Amino acid sequence: MTRAHLASYTPSTKLILATAAMSLLALAGCGKQENSAPAASAPAEPAAPAIATVKIGMASPLTGPQAHIGIDIRNGVQLAVDDINAAGLTIDGKPVKLELVAEDDEANPTKATTVAQKLVDAKVAGVVGHFNSGSSIPASRVYSDAGIPQISPASTNPSYTEQGYKTTFRVVANDSQQGPVVATYAVNTLKAKTIAVIDDSTAYGQGLAGTFEAKAKELGAKIVAHEHTTDKDTDFAAILTSIKGKKPDAVFFGGIDTQSGPMKKQMTTLGMKATLLGGDGMQTPNFIALAGADAEGVMASIPGLPRDKMPGGPDFVKRFKEKFGAEVELFAPMGYDAVHVLVEAMKRANSSDPAKYLPEVGKTQYNGVIGPIAFDAKGDLVNGPVTIYVVKNGAWEAVETVGGSAPAAAK
Amino acid sequence: MCRPYATPLHPPLLYQKPDKPGINALPVKRPNVVKLREQLIPLIIDLAVVLVFLPNATNSRMDIFLQQIVNGLVLGSIYALVALGYTMVYGLLGLINFAHGEVVMVGAMVALSVINFGLANGWPLPLAVLLATASAMLCCMALGWLIERVGYRPLRHAPRLAPLISAIGISIILQQLMMLIWGSTYRPFPALFNSEPHVVLGASITDLQILIIVLAAATMGGLMLLVQRTRFGRAMRATAENPAIATLMGVNTNRVIALTFMLGSALGALAGVMVSANYAIAHFSMGFMLGLKAFTAAVLGGIGNLAGAVVGGLLLGLIEALCSGYISDLTGGMFGSNYRDVFAFLVLILVLIFRPSGLMGEKVAERA
Repeated sequence: MTRAHLASYTPSTKLILATAAMSLLALAGCGKQENSAPAASAPAEPAAPAIATVKIGMASPLTGPQAHIGIDIRNGVQLAVDDINAAGLTIDGKPVKLELVAEDDEANPTKATTVAQKLVDAKVAGVVGHFNSGSSIPASRVYSDAGIPQISPASTNPSYTEQGYKTTFRVVANDSQQGPVVATYAVNTLKAKTIAVIDDSTAYGQGLAGTFEAKAKELGAKIVAHEHTTDKDTDFAAILTSIKGKKPDAVFFGGIDTQSGPMKKQMTTLGMKATLLGGDGMQTPNFIALAGADAEGVMASIPGLPRDKMPGGPDFVKRFKEKFGAEVELFAPMGYDAVHVLVEAMKRANSSDPAKYLPEVGKTQYNGVIGPIAFDAKGDLVNGPVTIYVVKNGAWEAVETVGGSAPAAAK
Repeated sequence: MCRPYATPLHPPLLYQKPDKPGINALPVKRPNVVKLREQLIPLIIDLAVVLVFLPNATNSRMDIFLQQIVNGLVLGSIYALVALGYTMVYGLLGLINFAHGEVVMVGAMVALSVINFGLANGWPLPLAVLLATASAMLCCMALGWLIERVGYRPLRHAPRLAPLISAIGISIILQQLMMLIWGSTYRPFPALFNSEPHVVLGASITDLQILIIVLAAATMGGLMLLVQRTRFGRAMRATAENPAIATLMGVNTNRVIALTFMLGSALGALAGVMVSANYAIAHFSMGFMLGLKAFTAAVLGGIGNLAGAVVGGLLLGLIEALCSGYISDLTGGMFGSNYRDVFAFLVLILVLIFRPSGLMGEKVAERA
């Protein structure tokens, strides 16, 4: 400390105190959302109306190889927050503004728990996330301990909702619904008798591949190989060659587009004729971009109705593109609806306090962009539809939708 | 220890016999050539045993086995191309340039941008490919120079850990910077050549994959000639042996080191273009794992040794391909292809236990 510093200390003290006081006020405003008119806030900011802020947390991979899917979710959530704010939201008769707190979990389970704690510390009222099952599962414990509702827009691993937490929900069909649908299609419709399975060693990929394999076996198909890769590899020549030697009718991959794109290309190079099948992680425009012309004929399922068959689908895709200048990759509509589910529950409970509105989330009967949303006792989407797509002329085309009849009360 | 990056606690004795491998890639003395053969023969015998044993043990078809060998050779050549960059810098400075994997990635990204720009503007494909490769190499040369100038040169006399940490830092900076510039998505890389595979004895191989194998061998040969036969190579060897004395003898060591980095980075760019074209994909994190594997290959072969980098790369590639291909059948499904890296690194550990300097590395008397 020099003399000059000491000299300047006195006059600036007032400024620091003033800043501190203002930030304290701001914090007080955030902490108690229901208390929409804090008496002390009036003199500090005379121009701003006394609107309480409710924070909605969002966590997904915003960097790294899966960022395109994570950003897609964030944009969907952002769109919902903006829509609700534009329409004007009142909870318990008081005006409320939503604020998005987006965090990057890097698709990393360890980072996911850190991020979850960060969201809890930021006092979010509810969380939309995470994308990866491997992230959603460890993070769910943090949210459960804090009593904050978590709605995953995309995690399909069955065990996510099987942990007995009251706070976990999802707005997609899970893998125990998705895997069997693809298996049934492969065995009964494609008449595949021998099938090879590959997974990417993640919670999602292994879960999906496991449910697929079990159902395919049950239906009488022979699983000739079960190979493993990672979610970072791009060289699959060795495992594909080994599979080629066993001449399967179909190859099922549990994993996402960044692996399945190059994988399909390498299958072509190796002269493999087997149909490549997969789950929602590879049913993306990105897969077609990565696999190019080789993408033709690849089949993948996705939880939910085809986007153009979703009740709010075409309109959503249009508005999404206008706002973000990008096509909807995958789960933006689910992220969008998840915010609405949270907000509807707050409205019914007349409170944005997680402890008060959490019971209402489970009672949701909401008609969203993706269709009717209702949860079972575990927090799984009731009767989640699964649609199978095929790549035809460079685009995903819906072949068949299984399940998805609307819950009775929501009709 | 007379390495330039070592702590200058013990100043090198002028009459001391150099005890580090340096860039002695192509041995000058006769006895060394014999030694090289001695090392290669057991390796070849081992490989031959594996070649005969594996297909019989697994009742596998010969064409599938041949295909696995091709897969391993292609993967190994890719490792070798990148490993050459590591080993060259190590041979000269005793420094592990962990940013090399990221240089490979930058090369791929620059090439991708130029090709896409070219194709969008209707250039013929060969011209676009040539220009893209050239510009990637030029960009990476500049990058290599910058990395050396900013990240390593100021630390040349610092303790050995400092440049290592600096290398890791540069690697992270480059990754994140490239993510900001090119985005975080996996990008499709256009096909540079006819992607219709040739089928030889039931095994498919593309033009590009043949080029990769040839390129790895040619690069190794070219670098050996450069190091052993040219004036610049002599300056490199002199710098590797003792930079202080090399300076006294009129070698501009700073220039030699900078040029070596530029050369290594240009090779890295070339490797980046080949890798991306082979897998038809490019993204900002592609350099990390590739760099790690190539570094492993360089250590396996004997770091600092050019031929070792190629042998190590090919060996690692073959181990990976054969492990993923056969481990599941050999063990009755007990170990799956997810054990690939376990076996690859097990081989590395075993080699290092019995030959700490790597398969073809020379003995290094390790002193504090």
